[in-house]
Amino acid sequence: MSDESTPEASDAVSEKTTPGPLKPKGGSETEGTTSPVRDDVVDAALVPTAEVPAPRRDLEVVDVRRGMFGAEGAGDTSGYGGLVKRVAMPGATPRPYGGWFDEVADRLDDALDTADVSAAVERVVVDRGELTFVVARDRLVGVVQALRDDPALRFEFLSGVSGVHFPAETGAELHAVYHLLSMTHNRRIRLEVTCPDADPHIPSVVAVYPTADWHERETYDFFGIVFDGHPALTRIEMPDDWPGHPQRKDYPLGGIPVEYKGATIPPPDERRAYH
Amino acid sequence: MAEDTAVSTDPYATEQETTSGKVFTVTGQDWDSIVDGIDVDSDERIVVNMGPQHPSTHGVLRLILELDGETVTECRCGIGYLHTGIEKNMEFRNWTQGVTFCTRMDYLAPFYNETAYVLAVEKLLGITDQVPEKAEVVRVLLMELNRISSHMVAIATGGMEIGALTVMTIGFRDRELILDLFELITGLRMNHGFIRPGGIAQDTPPGALDKIREVTAVIGKRLQEYADLCNANPIFKARLVDVGYLDLAACLALGATGPLLRATGYPWDLRKSQPYCGYEQYDFDVICWDTADAYGRFRIRLAEMAESLKIVEQCTARLHGLEGAPVMVADKKIAWPSQLAVGPDGLGNSLDHIRHIMGESMEALIHHFKLVTEGFRVPAGQAYASVESPRGELSCHAVSDGGTRPYRAHFRDPSFVNLQTVPAMSEGGLLADVIVAVASIDPVMGGVDR
Repeated sequence: MSDESTPEASDAVSEKTTPGPLKPKGGSETEGTTSPVRDDVVDAALVPTAEVPAPRRDLEVVDVRRGMFGAEGAGDTSGYGGLVKRVAMPGATPRPYGGWFDEVADRLDDALDTADVSAAVERVVVDRGELTFVVARDRLVGVVQALRDDPALRFEFLSGVSGVHFPAETGAELHAVYHLLSMTHNRRIRLEVTCPDADPHIPSVVAVYPTADWHERETYDFFGIVFDGHPALTRIEMPDDWPGHPQRKDYPLGGIPVEYKGATIPPPDERRAYH
Repeated sequence: MAEDTAVSTDPYATEQETTSGKVFTVTGQDWDSIVDGIDVDSDERIVVNMGPQHPSTHGVLRLILELDGETVTECRCGIGYLHTGIEKNMEFRNWTQGVTFCTRMDYLAPFYNETAYVLAVEKLLGITDQVPEKAEVVRVLLMELNRISSHMVAIATGGMEIGALTVMTIGFRDRELILDLFELITGLRMNHGFIRPGGIAQDTPPGALDKIREVTAVIGKRLQEYADLCNANPIFKARLVDVGYLDLAACLALGATGPLLRATGYPWDLRKSQPYCGYEQYDFDVICWDTADAYGRFRIRLAEMAESLKIVEQCTARLHGLEGAPVMVADKKIAWPSQLAVGPDGLGNSLDHIRHIMGESMEALIHHFKLVTEGFRVPAGQAYASVESPRGELSCHAVSDGGTRPYRAHFRDPSFVNLQTVPAMSEGGLLADVIVAVASIDPVMGGVDR
């Protein structure tokens, strides 16, 4: 990986160890959280880094999980029932982003109508040397058009579309993630668009990137995101009459218990998990 | 064979009336029953379902072709027959076990699946720079050997589909030599699960480098055989030249990468443009062709095998200087037990490691137990890693919620994307050229459907 493509790489470690103020999104569930928050092993073992002020970093809380191994209620002497884990994704990054990231962000601001910018790009996240624009879904087509056609941006290649499901992120449960590549400038960026489960619609980018055809069909098939304007949005991997969207988190993996030498092993999605 | 009695007694080539018209089921050698059953004067279009069980569609690919005589007027791909839910399954195993699943996607290029996934996980962990040199060299070595074996299958099956059976037999003969190397190094011919987050599963076994030298010497000579058989062969050229044409603009619009893109003359290769695993340290050329057709893609594959041999030689030379060097990241919280030996029971255990955890250190036992049952935690976030697989850009989008399992792992498989170009390549051409166009894409349905 060249230096140019990872301008934030050196900061990555210190950033992760100093999470900024948390921005709870999940509603009332996070309000009364007084028990120690177990973010993850890395964070739990931290040393405070008071000397070097890392750039302030907001986190996006997408989920709060409680308990482990089903230990709950009066019988729990293990302590696992009391665990609280907050799932926080890297949040908005303040400027400067570093390297060519600022150049792309500036140019995108110019390419879009100035009044549109704040409405179109909700958040810019720089994490692990990668640049992500969180784009409002009603402005998506305009943004990708600008990204493809502006000579200084020229993201002429859509690498793929991927879906992610965050069931606890109320109002933005479904994410569509677009990976763009500029062969002209040898850069990669990511666009993230969210939509609520109750209204799972995102405009299609097939008119701008014909390659999105199958990617959007796949994301529709697995997540149920409806890409408005897609020429033929049908299932692609699952049979046409399949019920449900298998990659959603509430869709079971399936499987049957297996008995071996008298012991019964439950299917993978029912085994105890460290989450 | 068109006896009237043969038609009426053939149980397969039956004709039936459905709501969508007259439907025939044919299995080969029974086309006469269709010809007899169709009114020659009618202008009804014929829709042919080719596949999913057809020997020339490169696996369980279903092509729905609308024909006007022998000309294809419309073409659509039907996929999904090999969907096995690999991405969903990975969400229920820990990060290291994910390798075991994703290696099965594109089964002709397993090391690329593993590397793309592992690079994404390492990026999430922030340990990309800490992966030991030897692990990176072995990854490159395995990937380049894999590129040769994958291209051999591409050329072999492509040859078989146009009737060049000798190309098929020599292709599979030579691929076997490389699979033997994989078996020697990883223990398995395919589905290795050998590349792991932080490094590789174990060091190269004694004698492996000599064996690699032997095999590459043989293959270097045999590549000439393919060139002698095919390059100027008039039948081969008649079938391939100007067939499956796809120019640069179409490649970019449809997302085609790999030999398809390079056959347009655009030298896009992620090993050069966005190097990973230390590819910038190797001396090799990006092969291009300027005809944008099936013949160009064949020549690119052939020449890329020679380039891969060059890289393999550089890897073996470097490995000679890395005797005994670590192959797994130093962080014991991430490094799974490696350096396994085959025990008397045939299972891969490390007797030294077992002695250490069972007899010497209670803490080591606890640590081993936690690491293997629970796995390591990966800080929350998302990462994207791409590698240049034999078929094009293979990328992994990995999302972590801070837990011990992938929250989401999505693979951008080049076969999946490149298959979208089949209608653009084959509509307006002859039915027989569809086969050549599909073969020149070299889709692997395991990767397409995942």
